[in-house]
Amino acid sequence: MTPMKTILTTTALTFAAGFANAQDMAKDMTLVSWGGAYQKSQDLAYVQPYLEMHPEVSATWDSSSNEAVAKLRAMNEAGNVTWDVVDVVASDAIRLCDEGLAMEIDPDTQLAAAPDGTSAADDFGDLLVSDCFIPQIVYSTTAAYRPDLLPADAPAPDSICAMFDMETYPGKRTLEKRPINNMEWALLCDGVAKDEVYDVLATEEGQQRGLAKLDTIKDQVVWWSAAAEPPQLLADGEIVMGTSYNGRWFSAIEEQGQPFKMLWDAQVFDLDGWIIPAGLSDERKARALDFIMFATDTQRLADQAAYISYGPARASSAPLVGQHAELGIDMAPHMPTDPNNAKNTFLYNYEFWADYRDDIDAKFQSWLAK
Amino acid sequence: MTALTPISRTPTSFYVPVVAAAGAFAGLLVGTSQGSSVLGVVVGAALMGVVALLLTQVLGNEKIGRWGLFGLLLIAGIFMAGIPGAIVGALFGWFFGWFTFWLFEGRYRAKLAPYLTPGQVLWHFAFRVICGAIFVFLITPILVVMPLSFNAENFFTFTPEMLRFDPAGYSLKHYRDFLTNSDWQNALRNSILIAPAATVLSVGFGTLAAIGLSQPHVPFRRAIMAILISPMIVPLIISAAGMYFFYSRIGLQGTYFGVVLAHAALGIPFVIITVTATLVGFDRSLTRAAANMGANPVTTFFRVQMPLILPGVISGALFAFITSFDEVVVVLFVGSAGQKTLPWQMFTGLREQISPTILAVATILVAVSIVLLTVVEMLRRRSERLRGMSPG
Repeated sequence: MTPMKTILTTTALTFAAGFANAQDMAKDMTLVSWGGAYQKSQDLAYVQPYLEMHPEVSATWDSSSNEAVAKLRAMNEAGNVTWDVVDVVASDAIRLCDEGLAMEIDPDTQLAAAPDGTSAADDFGDLLVSDCFIPQIVYSTTAAYRPDLLPADAPAPDSICAMFDMETYPGKRTLEKRPINNMEWALLCDGVAKDEVYDVLATEEGQQRGLAKLDTIKDQVVWWSAAAEPPQLLADGEIVMGTSYNGRWFSAIEEQGQPFKMLWDAQVFDLDGWIIPAGLSDERKARALDFIMFATDTQRLADQAAYISYGPARASSAPLVGQHAELGIDMAPHMPTDPNNAKNTFLYNYEFWADYRDDIDAKFQSWLAK
Repeated sequence: MTALTPISRTPTSFYVPVVAAAGAFAGLLVGTSQGSSVLGVVVGAALMGVVALLLTQVLGNEKIGRWGLFGLLLIAGIFMAGIPGAIVGALFGWFFGWFTFWLFEGRYRAKLAPYLTPGQVLWHFAFRVICGAIFVFLITPILVVMPLSFNAENFFTFTPEMLRFDPAGYSLKHYRDFLTNSDWQNALRNSILIAPAATVLSVGFGTLAAIGLSQPHVPFRRAIMAILISPMIVPLIISAAGMYFFYSRIGLQGTYFGVVLAHAALGIPFVIITVTATLVGFDRSLTRAAANMGANPVTTFFRVQMPLILPGVISGALFAFITSFDEVVVVLFVGSAGQKTLPWQMFTGLREQISPTILAVATILVAVSIVLLTVVEMLRRRSERLRGMSPG
């Protein structure tokens, strides 16, 4: 076979394959996400553009990411997986992958390379924390407060430890109803060095120490379980400070004009991204992969940052981040990864929590009930 | 109603403490909102006690006294808290003016039987106050939602603008969002498709089951009845999980028909119970008479039995409709995102983003329910009147 002929044959085969694929792909997709501003940013940044490119496809949103793990287990047991792509946080993706409920992804063939040719694996880098996980954004859990509700003579809070300082900053606060993040912050404010937090937390005394620190503010804490609650509570004046995701705070401050101030100190980074459930039919799997390839490319992830202040997971997307789609303000200073905001950050340790979560969860819950 | 008992003025030692007690209660409300409950109680009691004494003993003229107190508290309210304060003040002024003279003139006794002891009179009014308090307890959460749905902010908060009755604090944007947002419109369409279909199925099966089970010769009536009623007794989450696995196997999970069937199963017990209750008063000899005159069973059912048990069927249908229209647990399991109903959308909306659009929808649903129930009740009364069943 001559080289020319080989090229021609290959091209023809590729075209044929491409054509066959378009024929074999499912026409309906059910996308699962978190609802709210985040789901809207995904819809505007890549779902609507994808549907415009493929008018024959229809997409349905299901805002069920909160219970994605439980629902996928039930679907798997019933042999009736109705979701095509599911947006989950990294720790859920790791669990789903371990249980065989999510499909493994090969970043080099199934994800788009960066425009400059960098492979997807290198572009995402360390953020590919699981074989099944396709990262989209970096978000952070961080604190915010209402300056007008703090005592007039108190200095503006500049450290997460303000959360534990009832004397300088009296009033109710809100924290997420789970040990993750809260235990780390409690230890940090109890004098543990940042790089030793997880070593201390691995011990029984360390866990008791964290809970004892949380105990000092327990009667002043309103516990939240949905990230929409903290902005509501702070807007109501029910609390004076609290934690939530940075995108929620951004939306309340910049889009709703609420008088909150961010407290970026010791913000905890986490990842959110797609998984494809295991056990899809070939047509649906082909459609899901085709969508993922488009939705997680460099430009699409940068586009998403125009609607919400979460950092794109690809290194190559960062320079493309522009302005807010409606407000026209620069988004870069609102990203959790911006150098000004990331002066003191805390890296969430997936391995630690994978090993200790059930144990510390149980202790935290029984402490809560006390 | 004419007076039953001749009335006379009451002594100061009776009405002044009572008005002072009411004043203490009002003072508690005002004081708590201003930061000091105890101070509010003391000031309220003292103030209203003195006011009662002044109005009756010094002023004496009821009309001037009542209007004067009304105006005085209205102005005091403006100075304390602007327009909302004025409204609260005016309400207090009206109430205390009326209350003082009502007690002072002994009018509270006029419409009660003359032989009642003071204890019975007290209970007569205490009973009404308790009933009123229960009513307020039931209805306040629904009423609070309504003004909040006109909020100009995206939070469940009474903003300072709203409390000042500033038009800028109010807007219809959440109603606009409900009417233009495709998520809400799809959910509304699904609810409107699913609920009537489920109601028709529930009414059909439920009525037939109730008629069959009321025949004395049917074997195992009680056991069958218990099984049919069980969806109402078994915790909803159990039924939902069971339906999820069963419907998944037979391919009904995630289809409209599956959701309709599931909701019909939930609605049937309501229809059975209401229809069975009306059948208790149904005279069997009427069906025999119809048969005697040559009507076949189907004609007998539609021409004789159905019109008489119709009120039970209609109220059962209403319950079945509301069950399906309000239901969130079963549809979360049996439906998929394509069959998202209004309650489902409200549920996820509350959890993911606390948007007042939910309140706007709630207000619309409350209004629709009131209209629906009123219309049905009016139709029922009209048909009863036409058939000569009730004199009114």
